[in-house]
Amino acid sequence: MSVVNWFRKHVIAIVAALIFFFLLVPNFVVVWMSFNKPSGKYNVKWEKFSLDAWKNPLDDGILHDPLMLSLEIALLATLVATVLGTMIAFAIVRHSFKGRGFVNSVLFLPMAAPEIVMGTTLLALFLNTFGVDFLGFKSILIAHIMFCVSYVVITVKSRLNGMDPMLEKAAQDLYATPWQTFWRVTFPLIAPGIGAAALLSFALSFDDFIITEMTAGSSVTFPYWIWNAVQKGIPPQVNVIGSLMLVITLAGIAVAEVPKWLKTSKAR
Amino acid sequence: MSAPPAAAEAVEELAPGVTDAERRADRRVLRRRATLPYLLLAPGIIWLVAFFIVPMWSIVSTSVETGSTDTGFELSWRWANFGDVWHNWKEQIIRSLEYSVMCTVFCLLLALPLAYFIAFKAGRWKNLLMALVVAPFFTSYLIRTLAWKTILADDGWVVHTMNTLHITPLLSGMGWTYSDNSVLQTPFSVVCGMVYNFLPFTVLPIYTAMEKIDPRLHEAGQDLYASAWATFRKVTFPLALPGIVGGTLLTFIPAVGDYTNAAMLGGPKTRVIGTVIEQQIIGTGGNLPYGAALSVMLMVGTLVITLAYIKRAGTEEIV
Repeated sequence: MSVVNWFRKHVIAIVAALIFFFLLVPNFVVVWMSFNKPSGKYNVKWEKFSLDAWKNPLDDGILHDPLMLSLEIALLATLVATVLGTMIAFAIVRHSFKGRGFVNSVLFLPMAAPEIVMGTTLLALFLNTFGVDFLGFKSILIAHIMFCVSYVVITVKSRLNGMDPMLEKAAQDLYATPWQTFWRVTFPLIAPGIGAAALLSFALSFDDFIITEMTAGSSVTFPYWIWNAVQKGIPPQVNVIGSLMLVITLAGIAVAEVPKWLKTSKAR
Repeated sequence: MSAPPAAAEAVEELAPGVTDAERRADRRVLRRRATLPYLLLAPGIIWLVAFFIVPMWSIVSTSVETGSTDTGFELSWRWANFGDVWHNWKEQIIRSLEYSVMCTVFCLLLALPLAYFIAFKAGRWKNLLMALVVAPFFTSYLIRTLAWKTILADDGWVVHTMNTLHITPLLSGMGWTYSDNSVLQTPFSVVCGMVYNFLPFTVLPIYTAMEKIDPRLHEAGQDLYASAWATFRKVTFPLALPGIVGGTLLTFIPAVGDYTNAAMLGGPKTRVIGTVIEQQIIGTGGNLPYGAALSVMLMVGTLVITLAYIKRAGTEEIV
């Protein structure tokens, strides 16, 4: 009977643990398979432990160009989208203006449109106005900035909403100019929100495949390279890069969360 | 865009006896303040209008063109393209709907207990667990999707366990897989990959809605002799409803246009509308207007669903 009771008490925790298992297992498989030495072209079945892929993470330079293109686009898209999105967030939270409903819809729709629709509509625009030669770095960058802006707005907006506007009033009472108020008071306070928005944009852009495939022309980003390689066989080096991305993210989470966690555990 | 009249009056009232020049300067400041929000909004909103709203017109005009890749396409307002694509790819369109509805239902069934656990039972581990929900996002999703090929391989332990538990014959009996000892290249593996990829989109809004619920409301429910299940059904569920609507929308819409799972984990029998659009638009021997017409159908379908939702819940809550 006590087993049944224990189960009833913890059933929700058990279910949650199983769902976490479902969510996280593929990540472990990605890391695990990066140490594989496949005998054929396909790195799907575990065969033999090896560090070969880790010693040669760019697969003799084959992955260099796609990775660099993805990094370049992700950095530029993040920079532009973060600036544009932060400005919009300020307007929405701090100012009154006409056409709020329109602005909200324009921001919401890109998050609610299927990626393939955004990709094909942009492709049609580029083909109809600029022609095939326009496709490549520029068209991918334009597309990535477009779909990142909305996510920046939500992230920065929630940070701004949580900030006490009295702090800015106080700065102004102390004769700070609007410019000084922004850089000395507002910006440092919302910087974590802007940082989170930039990280999110970078991740969205770096990982994007569907919109990129539609607007890339003959340029090949890292995800596009993987897509093309699926039929030919993916080398374990791709898993190495996937594992590195995971390690960097987890380290970032640890840096952000552990101090907070230590603080609360001390307080108790 | 002039300064609001109320503000101008306020200037007169607060500063009587100032010179006209000073008054003009004050009005200029106020006017600048009134234009500031538009200056802040302009670059970003113009970008979104130019590269999200305007392209919708481009795709509609492309969808009624005729021609071929060799001779080029020209605008001939051939609306029959829409009839053609429905006739040719009805099967794939319906299949996309089936897969995305199944994906949304399974995501909801998994997201509710997960969000509930994190919001009410996880205590100070809350943020860490939410970080774990989104952590998979940060490894390229194509690589993670490929990992399911390893997990669901014919000779892997997952399929072995499913065989031992007689789940595989059950799945093939239901038509979700095609044979008793293999699950890859079937609707089952495709939907499994989709649920895996879109689950975080379902969990996030539901968690946000649940986190706002005062836990004392649960205690009140229990004090009134409601069972745990009744408390969930009568208290938690209605309060979390905006998050549930948002989460299912954010899952269904990307799922209906997705073709990566169908291509990587599926086979020739799991082609969806996205697969067809991709082939028609950038594949060799494709027909650009046909791809565009399918894309317009997908766009209008999801737009109708989204607008109906916006009307119900308002965008301010989601954006």
